[in-house]
Amino acid sequence: MATQHSRSAARLMLAPAVILLLGWMLVPLTMTLFFSFKKYLPMRGDSMANGLDWVGFANYTRFVTSSSFWPSVQTTLVIVGGVLIITVVFGVLLAILLDQPMWGQGMVRIFVIAPFFVMPTVSALVWKNMFMDPVNGLLAHLWKFFGAAPVEWLSQASMPSLIMIVSWQWLPFATLILLTAIQSLDSEQLEAAEMDGAPALKRFWFIILPHLSRAITIVILIQTIFLLAIFAEIFVTTGGAFGTKTLSYLIFQRVLESQNVGLGSAGGVYAIILANIVALFLMRIVGKNLDA
Amino acid sequence: MNPTRLAPRLTLGACALLASTALASAETLTIATVNNGDMIRMQGYTDDFTAKTGHEVEWVTLEENVLRQRVTTDISTKGGAFDIMTIGMYETPIWGANGWLVPLDDLSAEYDVDDILPAMRDGLSHDGTLYAAPFYGESSMVMYRTDLVEAAGMTMPEAPTWDQIAELARAMTDRENEINGICLRGKAGWGEGGAFITVTANSFGARWFDENWRAQFDQPEWANALNFFVDLMADAGPPGYATNGFNENLSLFQQGKCGMWIDATVAASFVTNPNDSTVADKVGFALAPDTGLGKRSNWLWAWALAIPAGTQKADAAKQFIEWATSKEYIELVASKEGWANVPPGARTSLYENPEYQKVPFAQKTLESIKAADPTNPTVMPVPYVGIQFVAIPEFAGIATEVSQEFSAVYAGQQTVDEALAKAQALTTDAMEAAGY
Amino acid sequence: MARAVTTQRKTINTVAAWVIGLLIFFPILWTILTSFKTEAQAISDPPIFLFFDWTLENYSVVQERSDYMRFLWNSVILAGGSTLLGIIIAVPAAWSMAFVPSRRTKDILLWMLSTKMLPAVGVLYPIYLLFIQFGLLDTQLGLTLVLMLINLPIIVWMLYTYFKEIPGEILEASRMDGAGLREEILYVLTPMALPGIASTVLLNFILAWNEAFWTLNLTAAQAAPLTAFIASYSSPEGLFFAKLSAASTMAIAPILILGWFSQKQLVRGLTFGAVK
Repeated sequence: MATQHSRSAARLMLAPAVILLLGWMLVPLTMTLFFSFKKYLPMRGDSMANGLDWVGFANYTRFVTSSSFWPSVQTTLVIVGGVLIITVVFGVLLAILLDQPMWGQGMVRIFVIAPFFVMPTVSALVWKNMFMDPVNGLLAHLWKFFGAAPVEWLSQASMPSLIMIVSWQWLPFATLILLTAIQSLDSEQLEAAEMDGAPALKRFWFIILPHLSRAITIVILIQTIFLLAIFAEIFVTTGGAFGTKTLSYLIFQRVLESQNVGLGSAGGVYAIILANIVALFLMRIVGKNLDA
Repeated sequence: MNPTRLAPRLTLGACALLASTALASAETLTIATVNNGDMIRMQGYTDDFTAKTGHEVEWVTLEENVLRQRVTTDISTKGGAFDIMTIGMYETPIWGANGWLVPLDDLSAEYDVDDILPAMRDGLSHDGTLYAAPFYGESSMVMYRTDLVEAAGMTMPEAPTWDQIAELARAMTDRENEINGICLRGKAGWGEGGAFITVTANSFGARWFDENWRAQFDQPEWANALNFFVDLMADAGPPGYATNGFNENLSLFQQGKCGMWIDATVAASFVTNPNDSTVADKVGFALAPDTGLGKRSNWLWAWALAIPAGTQKADAAKQFIEWATSKEYIELVASKEGWANVPPGARTSLYENPEYQKVPFAQKTLESIKAADPTNPTVMPVPYVGIQFVAIPEFAGIATEVSQEFSAVYAGQQTVDEALAKAQALTTDAMEAAGY
Repeated sequence: MARAVTTQRKTINTVAAWVIGLLIFFPILWTILTSFKTEAQAISDPPIFLFFDWTLENYSVVQERSDYMRFLWNSVILAGGSTLLGIIIAVPAAWSMAFVPSRRTKDILLWMLSTKMLPAVGVLYPIYLLFIQFGLLDTQLGLTLVLMLINLPIIVWMLYTYFKEIPGEILEASRMDGAGLREEILYVLTPMALPGIASTVLLNFILAWNEAFWTLNLTAAQAAPLTAFIASYSSPEGLFFAKLSAASTMAIAPILILGWFSQKQLVRGLTFGAVK
């Protein structure tokens, strides 16, 4: 049992992290909330020094009544959901495959993990120009080789393309976490099941998958947080055109392209709300795995 | 006489003058710039500036969109991260009006500010005060393949109409051999496809706003322009043009996959450069097309250097601007890399130089620039300044969203009418938000 | 006991894994290959895979254009500094939550993660204004702090899950032997948690290295890391696939090599976290 002494020591040790994060959360959040009730158009000469006009909830109503708002929420959810499904499903399969005995295991692992080391900007640039370009891209050459008309990836299949690029970046992360979880699986238990004549699918469903549930939870939780904020990939590939405008991209357009900080800040508040709804939703579904 | 021999004497004079002020203190200037070829080239000559003035230069080179967001954030918050910013004709008058830029009204006599092309000078001024010095300027014009036009048994007029362009483009199109009659910008973004469709619309008699700042996308002129463009590109454009911007079209043209290309005049030096272009010796030039209504579809743009107000290094920054946009700099580049590679479109004297007049695209570039009038850009009257843009702070945001709707049309995801209706709605909404 | 495996099955595994592995790695491989081509070969139709005239020209062009070493150095400082700082702050916090849990521990953990949900673009102006106020703009210190703060929740989280797996009995035994808190952490806990800490360090180094919003928007010339380096190569005029590839290769090579060497560590460390 922890003593009173260690309890207060523990609190002391927790303090720096909590205080720092509290500051990092509260200061920008307060400023964002403050701006969201103000008319703040820097290009029109508004600035903190000159004082900003109070506009009540005008920014909030304007942000949601914009025709781009609901589509952007939908786009955000589709991207997050799509990438999560792809990375978790293929991550599990890859992890199982990589756990099998084989020659050159270390090398293959590096290949699979490598995309995670690539900066999002670089990977978006490489995919956009060298693979998805409808004239000079490698995929266009491949399609032509098989006698098909090249696909205009980033305009006509913009969402699948984007989801693919992002999945390519995050699949290694999922695989890595899941692989390590699988490695801790008691192989004797599996062997016993195999000897009992349990078919592979059953073994997967009743032994492997339950064992992975906690790792999957972690993958989903951490990825969701990063995916909700996805930005560079869209900025580089489509610039928000062709139905790829996510909520955070819409905020970018409001703050930087339209130079309306008040409106963008209101959008930021909505984004926090959306993120928390998603998080709560996730907690409900997978949260119980965290206690383990 | 060889003009390069003149250069050392001129620079010597400038050098002596600058040295006297420079001795006081050597500064390090931080300059934000765009990653275009002429700017990259300038970075290579930085040593020349340092040798003359003693000031060091730190470059921050960014892609256009990143640069724009970066410098805008910095200037509107008075961040002071940069001593010189590379900005365009859209930003300069707005920022100048806000008092964010150091006025360039005390440039030295040697600099000869009156030599700057009037169109450029006007576009970079607010209330008659120059706020940014043009490093290079451009309009837009038709670049076409002389061999393909000939093969089609046709001729390109000096000043074509859109109908003539369309007829030629369709005649040159050869899908079997991957030759597209015409390559035009369709990429979303106000400075990309947005700029092109705006100038096209100008020539069809359309305008962004009427005199009362009401959006005009519900007017027939816009529908005509957009329908014409979409039909033409469907028949004679390259696949996937909805994501093609300046650079994509440049590389298509250089690879010989375009019969013609209507775009920035600065592209002329790239398509005629035999190192990069497979069609360098087969390119002709013509003015941007019109529809007989009195406005050609050519724009006006300059990349210019400006000093943010509040910098501690304004004097050194001015010295840099004088160096980078001077006649001597042009001669320096000409002596090292040839006249075709000097930064074009900024100075009158360049176009009076007999050496430069030998460059095949010089004359058409000048004519195109002169044909552009930012203060009177459209057939019907408008309350704004700017040809391919509207010089109000809200424009960049609005036009980017509008051009995204148009790009969706080019990609076949919605109809012209749907896109125009959305454009009208979102423009009206944004203008309301801005208090018009 | 390892399972007895037939050679046939091992062969099938090997082939399948290599095909998939190479497929996933291919975009990177293609980028590296393209960086050694001329611009014309980079877009040649049909594409050339290996038999082109290998050239280093693109690298010299890139090197001439930008001071690569400076960007690299900044990347190392920012990623390394923020990770180190993060670990120093997170280890005690994670320890205390893992071994002296209270009713609110889980709430605190989730709250920490939720601080990552504020969209970066939404708070650009507030942060930018604060940076100006404190003179942190374009400084390594400012960026290090920001990168540390945005990754701190992840660090705490990962460390917490690793620490949680260490059997409490071991700690109790050491306590009975009269070990104080300091000894307990230094001599008992740390050695056991080392693989976990190592993989946390690696993961956060990668995340900090790849962070492209703040590192681009809060820097100019002095503190700009490789993410800013790459931002000047995205769409210049003319053919650029080969130069872009060279710049991309230069931007990802250091981290790729680091990952290469630490792959075993990464896997082992993460394994530890999942062991029951």
